[in-house]
Amino acid sequence: MTLGTRPAGFDVDPSLYRHLADAQVNVELDTGDMILNLGPQHPATHGTLRLVVRLDGERVVASDVVIGYMHRGYEKLTEFRTYPQITTLINRIDWLSSFANEVPFIHAAEQLMGVEAPPRALYIRTVLTELSRIATFVLFLGEMGLQVGAITPAFYGFRDREYVLNAIEAATGGRFHPNFNRIGGILTDLPWGWIAETRESMRKILKSCDDFEDLVVANPIFQQRTRSIGIIPAELGAAYGVSGSNLRASGVDWDLRRDGKPYLAYNDLDWKVWTHPDGDSFARYWVRLQETRESARMVLQLLDNLPAGPVMAKVPRIIKVPEGEVWVNTENPLGEMGYYVVSKGATGPFRVKIRTASLSNVSIAPWLLRGVYVPDVITVLASLYFILGDIDK
Amino acid sequence: MTDETATAEAAPGPSAESTALLERVTAALGADAIVESGEACGDLVVRIAPDRWRDAATACRDQLGFDYLSFVSAIDWMPAPTLSEEGSGDTSSPVQPKDQTYGVAGSAGRFQVFARVASTRVPRSGLTLKTDIDETSPSVASWVAVYPGADWHERECWEMYGITFDGHPSLRHLYLPSEFEGHPLRKDFPLLAREVKPWPGLVDVEPMPGEAPEAETEAGEAEASE
Repeated sequence: MTLGTRPAGFDVDPSLYRHLADAQVNVELDTGDMILNLGPQHPATHGTLRLVVRLDGERVVASDVVIGYMHRGYEKLTEFRTYPQITTLINRIDWLSSFANEVPFIHAAEQLMGVEAPPRALYIRTVLTELSRIATFVLFLGEMGLQVGAITPAFYGFRDREYVLNAIEAATGGRFHPNFNRIGGILTDLPWGWIAETRESMRKILKSCDDFEDLVVANPIFQQRTRSIGIIPAELGAAYGVSGSNLRASGVDWDLRRDGKPYLAYNDLDWKVWTHPDGDSFARYWVRLQETRESARMVLQLLDNLPAGPVMAKVPRIIKVPEGEVWVNTENPLGEMGYYVVSKGATGPFRVKIRTASLSNVSIAPWLLRGVYVPDVITVLASLYFILGDIDK
Repeated sequence: MTDETATAEAAPGPSAESTALLERVTAALGADAIVESGEACGDLVVRIAPDRWRDAATACRDQLGFDYLSFVSAIDWMPAPTLSEEGSGDTSSPVQPKDQTYGVAGSAGRFQVFARVASTRVPRSGLTLKTDIDETSPSVASWVAVYPGADWHERECWEMYGITFDGHPSLRHLYLPSEFEGHPLRKDFPLLAREVKPWPGLVDVEPMPGEAPEAETEAGEAEASE
């Protein structure tokens, strides 16, 4: 067998991939290889993802990702539902950041209808989107430690996620599936005392980011297991559609909150897009850690400047979306999430294309895993950070 | 509602950005490759001649600087067949228009493949490309050689719409089991869950004992159209 060739048009410094050459030698000597099947139920795959890897000794020479065990057919289901009903469905795509899933779809409907949510609603949406981001990332910051054999960070990660989930629950009534967005605004205003409590939680998050820095990032074992492993070259990553923190960890200074069409309240905020030049597993961890901090700071800023006013615009009681097409993409915790909505003037969409971040992020895995050691398969996959519901739709 | 619809329809011609981008696309690809163009809420949509589909990808990557592939997908413009009202009792699904109309930039027939590319270097950049697919032998050139990320998206398209991508390394099922028959996202593929079982929402308007069953459907329809 041969190693797959790199797609044309991508020149990568070959010195970065010396281990690939090693694997090639083994292939040429025709040392025996074996097939290792990971999953579909495997603790390291965070859901029902099946990975078939061909090994030569301890190295991966080829791999295939088998997905679809959780395919729920959301694109078909949306064609049988009205716009307000669809937010319930798309909540379940990326279940760690459900609120962030709702935002682009609601934006798409609002753009087609020419409705604009009032400023207070936009601010609260931004707060809740950033809270979902923190909830998603602190879990990653903990879990990633678990993948290299450190169990302590996982407890910290879950503890921190509770702070955020409690805040989301207090505001929306739903811990995991808020279903809080409405076309034209949000369901209700924030409860009394929520702002003070959330400020306190954000301080705890900022504190625990420092802990993660000391406990995980500074840890020599963690660095050995993640540095210069699973390098995504920037151009190849972009052509694969890898987005979000994964691409920023490859040095691409691209964040849809700043570089996309203006949405929510990000233009009013003072914040920074973090990048890392290395593109390895460590860089992906580091970027997400900084982004967690940045999100906590953003939430504090938003809460300081929360405008007064209503949280719902005037919308007709029966939502009928005028004929048209719109593409809305946003920077979700896992990367670029977008909806291409085609409307024919009915109460439901004619076609919704759901572009999920994890699908494209994981599609680079077969390329990325070539030449890595078996234990690193787990860390590389974990560092890509995907949610199965976001892959399988 | 009506005045909102009016403002959306009375939108002026394409924005300056879209016009400038269309000029660049025309310069890179040649005017013969572009069948039609339009604008969807401020985004340029260009309909490419089917035989130039892969050239369009190459031009996007190499000449127009769109280094990032967002997605490749397809659409079936056939009007959705309405479920047999008396059979399923489904009064909750949205009723779509019965005539076959095409979206922004038009279409020659039922199937279209569309894709979105963007640039990671230029803020607020992006382009939606569409191309027409022949209904009798649905196939188009694959983008995998240009954007490797198109691999999974094209596999999804192939199983969901039955459109083959020439030059794709291995068109296999992505989401569905390998023995699955049919193309679920085609409009004529029924959503069986809705066909075999009455819509659970109907429980709300269950007739009182002794009431005529006609009242049931009327109440259901009245509630849905309200």
